[in-house]
Amino acid sequence: MVHNASATTVDPAEVERFGRIADEWWDLRGKFAPLHRLGPVRVGYVRDHAARHFGRDPLGADPLAGLSVLDVGCGGGLMCEPMARLGGAVTGIDASARNVAVAGLHARGQGLAIDYRSGEAESMAAAGAQFDIVLALEIVEHVADVDLFLRSVGQVVRPGGIVFVSTLNRTAKAWALAVAGAEYVLRWLPRGTHDWRRFLKPSELSRGLRAGGIEVRGLTGIVYHPLSRRWSLNADDLDVNYILHGVRTA
Amino acid sequence: MSERRYDLAVAGAGLNGALLALAAARNGLDTVVVDRQPLDAMTLPAFDGRTTAVAYTSQRLFEALGLWAGLEPDAEPIRDIRISDAGHDGRPSPLFLHFDHRENAPTPDEARPMGWIVENRFLRRALYAALAREPRASVLAPAELAGTTRDATRALLHLGDGRTLEARLVASAEGRSGALREEAGIGARSWSYRQTAIVLVAAHELPHRGVAQEKFLPGGPFAILPMRNGEDGTHRSSIVWSERTPLAERLLTLDAARFNSEFARRFGDYLGKVQPVGPRFAHPLGLVHAERYVDERLVLVGDAAHGIHPIAGQGYNLGVRDVAALVEVLVEAHRLGLDLGAADTLERYAAWRRTDNLAMVAATDLLNRLFSNDIAPVRLARDVGIAAVHRIPPLRRFFMRHAMGLVGDLPKLTRGVAL
Repeated sequence: MVHNASATTVDPAEVERFGRIADEWWDLRGKFAPLHRLGPVRVGYVRDHAARHFGRDPLGADPLAGLSVLDVGCGGGLMCEPMARLGGAVTGIDASARNVAVAGLHARGQGLAIDYRSGEAESMAAAGAQFDIVLALEIVEHVADVDLFLRSVGQVVRPGGIVFVSTLNRTAKAWALAVAGAEYVLRWLPRGTHDWRRFLKPSELSRGLRAGGIEVRGLTGIVYHPLSRRWSLNADDLDVNYILHGVRTA
Repeated sequence: MSERRYDLAVAGAGLNGALLALAAARNGLDTVVVDRQPLDAMTLPAFDGRTTAVAYTSQRLFEALGLWAGLEPDAEPIRDIRISDAGHDGRPSPLFLHFDHRENAPTPDEARPMGWIVENRFLRRALYAALAREPRASVLAPAELAGTTRDATRALLHLGDGRTLEARLVASAEGRSGALREEAGIGARSWSYRQTAIVLVAAHELPHRGVAQEKFLPGGPFAILPMRNGEDGTHRSSIVWSERTPLAERLLTLDAARFNSEFARRFGDYLGKVQPVGPRFAHPLGLVHAERYVDERLVLVGDAAHGIHPIAGQGYNLGVRDVAALVEVLVEAHRLGLDLGAADTLERYAAWRRTDNLAMVAATDLLNRLFSNDIAPVRLARDVGIAAVHRIPPLRRFFMRHAMGLVGDLPKLTRGVAL
């Protein structure tokens, strides 16, 4: 992968922070346990909307067969692997070479062929790569230049393709739950994982995507239930975590 | 090495293992089932002379899998259940409990049987025929399973002939003496009831009219379960006759005439002349409950997880609910592209089933302890209890819903809902 140093959204401090804990990506009881629990809800949302967008049955066999998928900020491959099992031809990119190495090792153990590369959205865009489905989940709150990042994400979506973005809302409730609660009280996430000032309101995210030719088609909250320790979608509660999907029209 | 990777490998092609393999394959999972016996040998009458009480919820799963139409001609509906207490002389106590299947229905026309009695060989025949037609199911039998190697990425099954199978998840449906449970170091709480069940088929003069009888004799419960008429038109019932083990052993050595008279004395004369037909089988009774249902890339289902007393006729039905819950959890994970053998997937199954199974383990154990004795105050208390349940309709309906399996957090397949 060519590293394009002139225009990058990668924040080196963030890359270093995640790289340090890369070995724990697949430990269900480790630091990434909340992401694992979030997995089924995120995959379900992506599968349902992507399959319907391309005229497939979301519950049928291999609903993503023949579709190319790019996961931007793939981490240990927690989204790439389900996407590949659902039939997608998956590429995962991450700014941390260590994450990419961990993800590649794990996928081989699972017998999955996933193209993992060290890199970022801008370099993919510069290389002219385009995909049917693009995922940018829990990543936009970690980049240095949000507008550049969202524009690059738009560019790597093939016209007519679909993109999914999830992040945290910049509300007092999000600060209380995701920063104070998850990092300081419950210690689910390492301290310093999130900087509340970088969280985006849905309107800001939509505006940024529109600049990259993406028209937002749907938006829903993702809500945590502490008693059952499970996540679910809730269209009426966008206060903390939310996910949206949009289509590249131009 | 292994040629292909299965989603699910099932150890044991008994009633539970075969059902699991079929339900999983039917719902899109590449499944292999391994058994040391050839399947056709397991459908012979001499291999398994027992009958199974198929509860209403289990029947709905068979229906969902398209098995019921083939089974129905050989399944006798249980319309009523009559529970009575009897002393040494076999004379029933005047206090009894009668469950009528019409009571749970909104109108008499909608009344459903509480369950069905089916000979095990017919269940096996239907399951194996369906498995043979299932494109995603493979059967390896006879094949010896020597052991497994399970780690974070896969499970390998080592066969006695040197072959190796690869799967994402292994399910042990090996029954109580589960070798894989031991291999995984999963302990089990178990004890013997020091009772043996004598299992046989009885022919009687009068038709049973779909009534199941459970007579509580001091040595243990004596169950008379309505069967389909024999091919020659004889009226038949399936008998599960529990006795303390030393007595059961003596009974089994008696000559036919003396055995028959011991049997007839306990059966009573309400169906006219009665006589055992065919072979007698003996099964020691005990209780086994595994400490946990899962290990790395391993799940336990049916009797491998929990073997209960046959007193309530629920043993197989609990296993059916295990199968339905496991298939529901796995199919959901499969459709999300998740790793089928991942610990959080398996934990969901274990947490779901443990509560239901624990309740039944405790209830059957208590019932048996309460009824398998002849202590006067205990007898009086249970007779009053039986009569009270009989006289209080809501309580009676509560017990009927339990017998039909209509309680708890039911898996979709047992509610008749497709996955």
